[in-house]
Amino acid sequence: MIKRSFFKSRYLPYLLILPQIIVTMTFFYWPAIQGLSQSFFLSDPFGQRSQFVWFYNYIELFTDPLYLKSILTTFAFSLAVAAVSLSLGLFIASMANRALRAKALVRTMLIWPYAVAPAISGIMWLFLLHPSYGVVALGIKEWIGVDWNPVLYGGDAMVMIVMASAWKQISYNFVFFMAGMQAIPKSLIEAAAIDGAGPFKRFWFISFPLLSPTFFFLTVMNIIYSFFETFGIIHTVTQGGPGGSTNILVYKVYQDGFVGLNLGSSAAQSVVLMSLIIVITFLQFRFLEKKVQYGG
Amino acid sequence: MVEKTPILDFFTYAFLILGIFIVGFPIIYSLIAATLPLEEVVKVPMPLIPGDQFMVNMKEAWSRGDLGNQILNSVIMASGITIGKITVSMIGAFSIVYFDYKFRVVAFASVFCTLMLPVEVRILPTYEMAANILYPIQALCDVLHLDGLLSWFTGNDITISLNWSLLDSHTGLILPLVASATCTFLFRQFFLTVPEELCEAAKMDGASPMTFFRKILFPLSKTNIAALVVIEFVYGYNQYLWPLLVTTNPKMTTAVIGLQNLIPQADDLPEWNLALGAAILVMLPPILVVLFMQRWFVKGLIEKEK
Repeated sequence: MIKRSFFKSRYLPYLLILPQIIVTMTFFYWPAIQGLSQSFFLSDPFGQRSQFVWFYNYIELFTDPLYLKSILTTFAFSLAVAAVSLSLGLFIASMANRALRAKALVRTMLIWPYAVAPAISGIMWLFLLHPSYGVVALGIKEWIGVDWNPVLYGGDAMVMIVMASAWKQISYNFVFFMAGMQAIPKSLIEAAAIDGAGPFKRFWFISFPLLSPTFFFLTVMNIIYSFFETFGIIHTVTQGGPGGSTNILVYKVYQDGFVGLNLGSSAAQSVVLMSLIIVITFLQFRFLEKKVQYGG
Repeated sequence: MVEKTPILDFFTYAFLILGIFIVGFPIIYSLIAATLPLEEVVKVPMPLIPGDQFMVNMKEAWSRGDLGNQILNSVIMASGITIGKITVSMIGAFSIVYFDYKFRVVAFASVFCTLMLPVEVRILPTYEMAANILYPIQALCDVLHLDGLLSWFTGNDITISLNWSLLDSHTGLILPLVASATCTFLFRQFFLTVPEELCEAAKMDGASPMTFFRKILFPLSKTNIAALVVIEFVYGYNQYLWPLLVTTNPKMTTAVIGLQNLIPQADDLPEWNLALGAAILVMLPPILVVLFMQRWFVKGLIEKEK
């Protein structure tokens, strides 16, 4: 789309778009193409020789039990993060929406964790769930009676990174649910109340269905968040351990490529992730069109 | 509220307070831990009454973690990304919306598709790029055998080796992150809603494109810019993967990365009071930005994701 009235200039528009193009070409497209081509080569760790091997890296990847495990781990992790942070975010937002007093204060008190870096959230939860010093770990041991030790047990480590990741995301979901609820026309709620629907029925039959676009959008955003942005949490809290039980795909790319210097495999993993994010982006845009229709 | 529901209202507030408590608990608990001496912080459970060691812990954490320097690096990086992103995408969107030229659609599409290439999916090649930003030109020279050609031409033995590394520099931290599809998209959407008459009137009065941009478009965009400043500052400050790759020198690293060194490992003294004190200090700048610019923050968050 373009404005009906526009400027004419021979060089100015190119000059204005140039910085953007230079940065995207050097830091986005060139590396992406490099990665794509590297994924078809097998090279030694010093980068001296490389050999064209067709789809060898991909075949290796998808027959590697560690990689398949990492895929499963990633899906379990992102579903858990999305479920926990969405349900808590929705719950708190519906409470805050009902509250009459101190709305601004409540919002302020709930927003600040958004500004905390994922890695810092990881450090705080590492302490709270520390097997010897953590207070939440103590609670788990005393009340649930589990022998809690995320340093030794993969399941516990997974719970730890899910908590650290979901906690940070609650306030993000809260902001969107809150905005979504305030967009619901008061008249609908009042009409339902006159027809005799109580607060719970109103929430379940009116607010919740009307929030479904927000819900879908947030699910996608939460999954993207747990796929990619939780790198900092994994790196500070578990480093993928114990025994690869928290080694999500993004962390595995980093470990195999940057630490293990297995260039071909790392590049193939990057390409897999790239295709994944392309699928997610398309999903998101299909949904965007829908939202415009509903909103109309 | 539609009807009076005293019992439900009571539970609403009770759960709301519980929710706020759950959300705030890790930060408050860390803050208390940061005020305690070592022997108190390792007690199970840790006492919940703040101690008097806050300043002592903070000083120790500050000097041991080199926090002053690293927070400065973080702030430089965050500000650089914020200013760079907003400038680059604003003039880019201006070019796309207000000019008619051949590669307009291609340019927009190429910027837009970067949405699908976050740094996480191109870790190694982007690192190689930053290690020698002139690599594509070098590759071109090699393919064309330019050095051979020059040697033959001048009669001397000439080899071309171009090397300009961005590793361990502020430029390296900032530059790869200043391209933004979402910001460009946001400004494009906004510019499309600006009335046509403004541009026509400006043209009629003989304003050049850049005068129009400076005197009309920029002032109109102020609220959008304010909203993006908050979002991008927090985004830039909290970056993890890119600074981890690009910096190896502790003097150049960012605060969020540097914190890692303060986490007590299995064989160390369990100095969690220092680690958490440092964590509180490091998270302070973006929290302050969000709290003081809350209105812009909520607007920016919702606008940007639309």
